[in-house]
Amino acid sequence: MTKISKILLFGLALLSFGIAAAAEANAYVIFVSNEKDDTVSVVDSASLKVIKTIDVGHRPRGIIITPDHKTIVVCLGDDGQIAMIDANTFKVTRKLDSGSDPELLNISPDGKILYVANEDDSLVTIMDFATGNTIEEVPIGVEPEGMAVSPDGRIVVATSESTSMAHFIDTKTYKVLANILVDSRPRYAVFTADGSKVWVTSEVGGSVSIIDAKTYKILNVIRFAIPGVRPELISPVGITFTKDGKRAFISLGKANRLAVVDTSNYNVIDYVLVGQRPWHTELSPDGSTLYSANGETNDITVVDVASLRPLKSVPVGRLPWGLAIRP
Amino acid sequence: MAETRVERAALGTAFRRMWHFLQRSVLWLVAAGILPFAAAATSMAQQPAPAAAPPAQAAPAQPAPLNVDILYLGRQYVEPPPLSLLDKIVTDQGIQGARIALQENARTGRFVNQNYHLTEMILPLDADFKAKARAALATHKLIIADLEKDDLLALADMPEAKDAIIFDIRTSDDSLRQEQCRANVFHFLPETAMRTDALAQYLVWKRWPNWLIVSGKNPADIAYADDVKQSARKFGAKVVDERFYTYAAGSRRTDTGHQQVQQQLPLVTQNAPPYDVVFVADQSEVFGEYMPYRTWDPRPVVGTQGLIAVAWHRSFEEYGGTQLQNRFEREVGRIMTERDYSAWLGIRAFGEAILRSNTIQPAPLRAYLLSDHFGVAGYKGDAMNFRTWDLQLRQPIILASARDLVSISPQDGFLNPKYLTDTLGFDQPESKCHFK
Repeated sequence: MTKISKILLFGLALLSFGIAAAAEANAYVIFVSNEKDDTVSVVDSASLKVIKTIDVGHRPRGIIITPDHKTIVVCLGDDGQIAMIDANTFKVTRKLDSGSDPELLNISPDGKILYVANEDDSLVTIMDFATGNTIEEVPIGVEPEGMAVSPDGRIVVATSESTSMAHFIDTKTYKVLANILVDSRPRYAVFTADGSKVWVTSEVGGSVSIIDAKTYKILNVIRFAIPGVRPELISPVGITFTKDGKRAFISLGKANRLAVVDTSNYNVIDYVLVGQRPWHTELSPDGSTLYSANGETNDITVVDVASLRPLKSVPVGRLPWGLAIRP
Repeated sequence: MAETRVERAALGTAFRRMWHFLQRSVLWLVAAGILPFAAAATSMAQQPAPAAAPPAQAAPAQPAPLNVDILYLGRQYVEPPPLSLLDKIVTDQGIQGARIALQENARTGRFVNQNYHLTEMILPLDADFKAKARAALATHKLIIADLEKDDLLALADMPEAKDAIIFDIRTSDDSLRQEQCRANVFHFLPETAMRTDALAQYLVWKRWPNWLIVSGKNPADIAYADDVKQSARKFGAKVVDERFYTYAAGSRRTDTGHQQVQQQLPLVTQNAPPYDVVFVADQSEVFGEYMPYRTWDPRPVVGTQGLIAVAWHRSFEEYGGTQLQNRFEREVGRIMTERDYSAWLGIRAFGEAILRSNTIQPAPLRAYLLSDHFGVAGYKGDAMNFRTWDLQLRQPIILASARDLVSISPQDGFLNPKYLTDTLGFDQPESKCHFK
């Protein structure tokens, strides 16, 4: 990219929301994938208004931002593609063939490698971010979904929903190092910031398994009990840690709540009522605010991390699923 | 890269993958030694029926694999063809679902040293069913029964079947869950009473509480109509009248055409007291498909045709259902029917129970199936388990029109102290099942 076009781009970005940015120095942008609408909603954090709706492709779900904060990457399940959105201009810049039915994806810490769960194919597709070429396809259990990358980038943990396992994959050799049986229908995996543990949610099992990343032992299984809510409605999916790593927010799906877990002893501290069928959450850059994408109510809930209070809900597209935030 | 994409569609790809996978598996098995099994055993140790202790860490040899052989026992029954020409006549329902599920069990089993095999035994009608079934029971205790009521009972009552686990994937007959229940038979399809309750809850929610029953004359139709009346009592609806369609089943194709049917059905439904919906009871595809748009009064049709209550439907893709629909269509080349689904679910239930309990001994396996720890995921959102009083699988029920999903029961607001799904069908107080 030439210097001039960089300047132009910067100018364009300033034009788009320069006033808002000036008024609110910490303003950032929230991208929400809307599974039913085939769109990504762009929400301005200062006004909490949708400032743009991007037509992205069919059945967008998994959504991340690259480590350099320049690109939003979205899985398009029904297109067998992933879309790249410029995080500043909100334009779709590129689409890559990712193999059948990509659901969730993740990226290496250096931003060079994409890991895509192909739900229909029992494969993890490893792709070069720059060229879009497939480097390797790693066969795992039936219906891959969760995709965690270790902080040092050496290990990827993929979950397979039907096989009910977390598969540890070496990112250098592409070998599967371990297959850990967890409760039914594991949907999401994430490493703790120090890389020592992997948290895995089991949607149908209604639990979260904490796996030691070195010994592959299950250290703990968190279960949930909410007064007045039937146990079968508790269907954990997304996980987000607070910035200090002391708490985890678990989206409980049909229980319409986020569980707040103390990561030192795995006790549930509180349940935060959000919209219906929360899928995934994302933390603001300063860590003070959490956003929950609520599938059934077509909105995102804004949660204050300190007080654990839901502050506001912001309507987005139909069946919102995942979130990514550009600082 | 583009080439890889194209290949993906090819049929041979599956084999290539499998080979690729096997090579890989061998590599990591060598590399990681017994690690995966130790890990699996660790997580297993949290289950109530723990696996045998893993061998000492030094031992490089794998423990002997658990070989699981499931018998699929069926008969080539004569089935009525679907009345609608849009529905293809399918002769391999059930077994195709079982085959897909077996692949899934096998893939999972490879990670934990369990091998899965399906023995298929679908007997011609003129074969000596009892002799063959008895012989098969000598070597098989885990059975998927694609059998009609009389054969299912004959099988269950054989002395050799006393310690067998029989998964009934075909019947919906209430009596098999009530007076005729058996301690060795688990039922995967919803009983008829669950189906009529599922529709009833929706109709009550819609405030369409007045129903006109139009029933066929077959015993199954009468039984269905009785369930409709029972559902009405249970949920506060009213059956305003009951009519019968008395003609026998005919050919689904005729040269003469539609005119006679157009004349018949208004006659069957005219001069009825005010009602909201027609509840049609036609279990054998005689006339139900003819009901919509032909009633005397303009009313929707629900029941065995029209809006139907089923365990599976092509229009259903929630809770990850897309994956199963796609997987099935890719492998089999047609849509997945309800019986394909129940057979799939039966094999998956065996797989889930054996994966977690690590046993194929019928007694502990049966105990695990009936424990609080068992739950099979069947793309319905909840883990599904069995009612201990009649071994019926609890399950949400899909309400579907011919081309679309309309709702899923239980409906909001219908409560049960234990399971919402127990608002459908025979809850414990209504059960007439007494295992010997």
